[in-house]
Amino acid sequence: MATRAIAIEDVKTGEVTAAVYEHPFVVRLCHWVNAVALFVMVGSGLQIFRAFPSFGAKIPQKDLLNWPRAFALGGWLGGALQWHLTFMWIYIATGLLYIGYQIFSGNYKQVLFVRRDLPGVWPMVRHYFLFGPKPPTREVYNPLQKHAYTSAIALGVLSVLTGFAVWKPVQFSWLAWMMGGFHWARLWHFLIMWAMLAFVFGHLVMVALHGWNKFVSMLTGWKKDPEYRSE
Amino acid sequence: MYSRTDSRKFKTISRRELLKLAPVVALGAFAIPQLQKPLLKGGLGFSDWASARLFRSGHLAPTFAESDLTPFDKFPINDYDVDDPEVDFDRWTLTVTGAVQKPGDYTLAQIKALPKFTQNTRHVCVEGWDVIGRFGGVRLSDFLKMIGADPTARFVTVECADDYYESLDMVTAVHPQSLLCYEMYGRPLTRKHGAPLRLSIPTKIGYKQAKYLTDLKVSHVLGKAGYWEDQGYSEFYGL
Repeated sequence: MATRAIAIEDVKTGEVTAAVYEHPFVVRLCHWVNAVALFVMVGSGLQIFRAFPSFGAKIPQKDLLNWPRAFALGGWLGGALQWHLTFMWIYIATGLLYIGYQIFSGNYKQVLFVRRDLPGVWPMVRHYFLFGPKPPTREVYNPLQKHAYTSAIALGVLSVLTGFAVWKPVQFSWLAWMMGGFHWARLWHFLIMWAMLAFVFGHLVMVALHGWNKFVSMLTGWKKDPEYRSE
Repeated sequence: MYSRTDSRKFKTISRRELLKLAPVVALGAFAIPQLQKPLLKGGLGFSDWASARLFRSGHLAPTFAESDLTPFDKFPINDYDVDDPEVDFDRWTLTVTGAVQKPGDYTLAQIKALPKFTQNTRHVCVEGWDVIGRFGGVRLSDFLKMIGADPTARFVTVECADDYYESLDMVTAVHPQSLLCYEMYGRPLTRKHGAPLRLSIPTKIGYKQAKYLTDLKVSHVLGKAGYWEDQGYSEFYGL
């Protein structure tokens, strides 16, 4: 998909800056609805976990951690399940709409990490973490970003699949079996949540570091980008 | 693909694009106390509706080998009130009412006269733990036939010696693995595990598998779904 770019002339100074249309409406809508849904799913999920904070036997019960109630949602197990079983549909719906839109619009090429992105990952890691030189960017997203976003989407899909294995270990017995049984499915579901939270943490750090323009572009679609060069 | 505009027009474009995201604000309804309860009830109801549709009456719950069984003393005893409601076994009967041809009091001997089935199945608690137990009893479907239950009825509700109460949708009740259970691990049910008769429904969550049964009713409409359901748990909760 060709990138839509626009040159903006400041009415007062006459200065010209470029802006790129980075995020189509459906992507922005899914991003924000899903962000809310993910927040609710994690909060209520941790409250559900509080009911049996272990992955071992019930007798004797060895608690893995005592997750504080203040960082959980729903108040009690039944309340948390109501939140979880309500927002999972919103979470799934935004996921399906997003993936469907990306495929049919061809927009997926912007975020899908493919083999040719592989060589670009290390220079980008060096730039971010070891303060190496900034590799030239030819696309909206650099290889490391594509890797992160593709992983996040994969984690989203896995969170739903493991969730269904925990919720319906009989109707989806094959799914639970693939994950090593109900017990393991529950553990995978938990671990995938932490992986997702690690992504969210990195994502928020990058947004904070890379500033206002990128945040605004997820709201309006347009990113003011002085570096952009028309092809 | 390089067009020109001025900063004022760009602001208008940006604002219009931002306003398109207004539907996201609708999620804020969940933060309004008066709306939160009905919205969550609706979400739970939708999940129950989807669960009923996902339920396949011909699909069996996984069964396990003897070596997979959780040791009997490690099988948790859960109740909402008392471990042992001190049922008088000599005078115990199961009182059958509702849409049946033969209502009345059924003795344990009458129930045991039906064909016996034994199965090693997983018992999943809503809290998240699970155990594998060995359950023996008669098929609920055989018992429903014996009492002449109306085949068009939609619910089976039970009451218990500890005043617990539960319900099953008819499709789950007549599933071949749904048992009126009087044996665990090859021995008569112990008092704390629900003697003399309990439900063992491997396609349902633990709290639906009521213990110390005293009454069974077949009905077309659901009165009370169950003790925990009345506190806000899922009504269907099929696994």
